[in-house]
Amino acid sequence: MTIAGWLQIATYCLVLLILTRPTGLYITRVMETGGSPLEPALGPLERLIYRLAGVDADKEMRWTGYALALLAFSMISMLFTYALLRLQGFLPLNPMGFSTPSAPAWATAMTADLAFNTAASFTTNTNWQSYSGEGTMSYLSQMLALALHNWVSAAAGMGAAMALIRGFARHSADTVGNFFRDLVRCSLYILFPICFFYTLFLVWQGSIQNFAPYTVAITLEGAKQIIPQGPLASQEAIKMLGINGGGFLNANSAHPFENPTPLSNFIEMLSIFILPAGLTYTFGKLVKDTRQGWALLAAMFALFLAGVAVCYHFEAAGNPLMARQGVEISTAGLGDLGGNMEGKEVRFGLANSALFATITTCASCGAVNCMHDSLTPMGGLVPLINIQLGEIVFGGVGSGLYGMLVFAVLTVFIAGLMVGRTPEYVGKKIEQKDVKMAMLFVLAGSFSTLVLTALSSVLELPAGSPLNPPGATWHNVNNAAAHGFSEILYSFSSCTGNNGSAFAGLTSNTPFYNVTLGLATLIGRFIMMIPAIALAGSLVAKKYVPASSGTFPTHGWLFVVLLIAVILIVGALTFFPALTLGPVVEHFLMHCGRLF
Amino acid sequence: MLEQLIPALRATVVLGVLTGLVFPLLMTALCQLLLPYEANGSLVRHKDGHIIGSTLIGQQFASPQYFHGRPSAAGSGYSGEASAGSNLGPTSARLIVGQQDNPTTAGVDESFAGVKQLADAYRKENLLSAQDRVPVDAVTRSGSGLDPHISPENAMLQARRVASARALPLREVAALVEQHTQGRQLGFLGEPRVNVLELNLALDEIKR
Repeated sequence: MTIAGWLQIATYCLVLLILTRPTGLYITRVMETGGSPLEPALGPLERLIYRLAGVDADKEMRWTGYALALLAFSMISMLFTYALLRLQGFLPLNPMGFSTPSAPAWATAMTADLAFNTAASFTTNTNWQSYSGEGTMSYLSQMLALALHNWVSAAAGMGAAMALIRGFARHSADTVGNFFRDLVRCSLYILFPICFFYTLFLVWQGSIQNFAPYTVAITLEGAKQIIPQGPLASQEAIKMLGINGGGFLNANSAHPFENPTPLSNFIEMLSIFILPAGLTYTFGKLVKDTRQGWALLAAMFALFLAGVAVCYHFEAAGNPLMARQGVEISTAGLGDLGGNMEGKEVRFGLANSALFATITTCASCGAVNCMHDSLTPMGGLVPLINIQLGEIVFGGVGSGLYGMLVFAVLTVFIAGLMVGRTPEYVGKKIEQKDVKMAMLFVLAGSFSTLVLTALSSVLELPAGSPLNPPGATWHNVNNAAAHGFSEILYSFSSCTGNNGSAFAGLTSNTPFYNVTLGLATLIGRFIMMIPAIALAGSLVAKKYVPASSGTFPTHGWLFVVLLIAVILIVGALTFFPALTLGPVVEHFLMHCGRLF
Repeated sequence: MLEQLIPALRATVVLGVLTGLVFPLLMTALCQLLLPYEANGSLVRHKDGHIIGSTLIGQQFASPQYFHGRPSAAGSGYSGEASAGSNLGPTSARLIVGQQDNPTTAGVDESFAGVKQLADAYRKENLLSAQDRVPVDAVTRSGSGLDPHISPENAMLQARRVASARALPLREVAALVEQHTQGRQLGFLGEPRVNVLELNLALDEIKR
C-alpha cells in the first residue's frame, strides 16, 4: 500500500461526505416537499408524461396499490425488453448486423434464454451480463431495451425507499405515495440533469458517443484491429448513477472507452455512492431527526472502509506465486503498479482498483474496473461478502436504504429482546408483523444464493446436454478447485444481490445458468422489495410514540455498533461456511504454493 | 388487473422513448458538435489517411523496434471486438506456469503463456539476466485486454532493446520515454504511465 493510494481513497471519502447533505436535501425536495429549481423548466414535460401514460399522479396509494403498480410496471417493461432483444435483427440502428445473417463471425446469438436472463437482469437493476456487449447488442438494444431499465429500475428502487421512509415519517395514515409520481420525478429531476452533464464529461475524457459502424484500423505493425463504436457515454452515465453496472462493452469500466482516465474513474466511483449516501440524509430529514440518517451512514462507512482496507492490503501484497517466477511485485519498488496486476489497468493501479471493487459491491452496482475473478483470494472475498451482506452498505438507488432500514428494524428488535421492552424505531413501535417482514427480506436472499449455488455445484448433466452444453453444471467454471466454486458462489450471490458483477470466468451463457441466474435476480429484487413496501404499509398506520427515558436511542454510537454487529452476524452465520470452501481455503493454498 | 397493466404499458412506452431514444440522440448530437474527436474514438490517422488505431486502445506490438504493451486476453491479443481479461484466479496453473498445446485435439490450440513463460520471454528479448526481476505489469493481462499503458519501469527496461534495434543512442530513447510518461491526473489521481502507441508513433517520427 502507498501513501499516494491512501490519499486517493481519503479524497474520495471526503468528497462523498461533503456532497451527502446537499444531495439528500435535493432528493427531499424532489421526492417529497417539492420545489426543485428545475420545476419551472421541466414541469410541463412531467405533466405531459403523466397525461400520455394516463396516470393520476396526485392520487396517493396504499402499500398494496404501490406494490402492484411497481410489479405491473416491472413486468410490462421486462416483456418490452425481451421482445426488443429477440427482434433486434429486424429493427434499425444495427450497423453490425447482430442477429441477422450478415452478423460477423464473432457475434453471439440472441437466444430465448439469453434474452430472458438479460431482460430479468436489467429490470431488477442487476445487470448481470451473460453476453459481451460489443459482440451481441445492436445500438437500439443498448439504448432502448437496456438503458431504459438503467433509468427506471433506479427510479423504482428510489420509489420503494421513499415508500418505506414515508412509513416512518407519516403517522396514523394509510398511504405511502404514488408509484408513477416517484418514478417520473426521480427520473426527470434527479437522474436526467446529472446524466446530461455527466455524459458530456465522459466524452470530454475520451468516451465515445456516435452511431457509426465499428472502425477497422491498420495498426503500426500492419495488423487489422476492430475498434467498437456506439452511443456509449450516454449509457455509461446512467449505468453508474443508477447503480446498474451493465457495461456497453464486455470489459465494462475497465475498458478505455467506458472509463478513459483516472478522473473519469473518480467520478464514476462517486456517482455510484452519491444517491444512496444522500438518501440517508433524506431519511433523517423526513423523520425530523437528521442524526438518524447520519447514524445509518456511519454504519455504512465503517463497513465500507473495512472492506477497502482489506481489499487494498491483499491486492498490494500480491500473489507470491508470481513473485516466485522472478517477477517484481513489491509496492515499495513499483508503487501502486506492483502487487497483483492481473486483471487490472495501469491507469488505475492497485488503490483505484481495490476502491472501485469495494464500492461497486457495497453498492449493488456491479460495474468493474478490474476483473474480480483475478483478485487475490482475500481481495476477492471482500466483494463477495459485500454482496452477501444484502447490498445494504450504500446499496442500490433506494434498495440500499430500504435494506439498511430493515436491518435497523432487526437491530432494535434484538435490542428490545435483550432488555424486555417493545422495540421502537424513529417513533414507531416495531411489532410482530414488522419483524416477520424484515426476516422474510433476510431469508429470501440467502435462500436463493445458497440453494442455487449448491444445486449448480452438484448437478450432473450429460456432456452436450441442451440445458448446459459443457455437461455437469460445475464444468462451466474457468478455474479449478476452490476458485471454481467461488465463481459459482459469486454468480448466485451477485444475481440475488442484484449486483451484476462476476467472477467472469464462469461460462454463464447456457440455458441452465441463464434461467437460474435470471430467477435469482427476480427473487433478489421482488421477494425483497415487496416485504419492504409491506413494512411501509404496516408502519404508516401506526401512531407516533414519543421517545421516553426507556427508548433505546438510535442515533448514537451504541446503535451504530449494534447495527454493524447484527449485519455481520446475520451475514457471517449465513455465508461463512460457503466462504470457507471458496476464498478462505484458496488463500491458504496459495501460500502453500499449490496450483490447480 | 387491466387497470394496473394499461398505465404500466403506456408508461413503459413514454419513458422508453424519452430515456432510450430522445436522451441518447440529444447527447450524440451535442457531443458530435462539441467534442467530435473524442466522441468518435480518439482515432489516429497515418499520413496516407488510413486509421492506425485509437490512442485510448492498446494494440499488439511484437517487433523489437517498438515498445511492447502488456500481454492481452482480448481475443487473439488486443482484439477490439472482444475486450476481456484472463479471468484466471491466483492459484491457476494456467496463469502461473502456462499450458501447452494438447496434440490429441487437432484444430484447437490450448497453449497459453503463463507468468513464467512471459517473464522468461521478457528477460530474453530485453537482454536481462536470469536474476533480474520483471515488473509485474509486463507479465499480467489487463482487465480490458486493451490497456494502452505500461508502467514507466517497464518502458525503461525495454528502452535498451528498442534503441539497439533502431540504432539510436539509448539516451535519446530514454528521453523519449520520459517525455511520454504521464503523471498523475490533477497531480494525485491514477498512476504514472506510458502510452505505448503514442510512444511508438513518436519513435517513428525520429527515424524519418
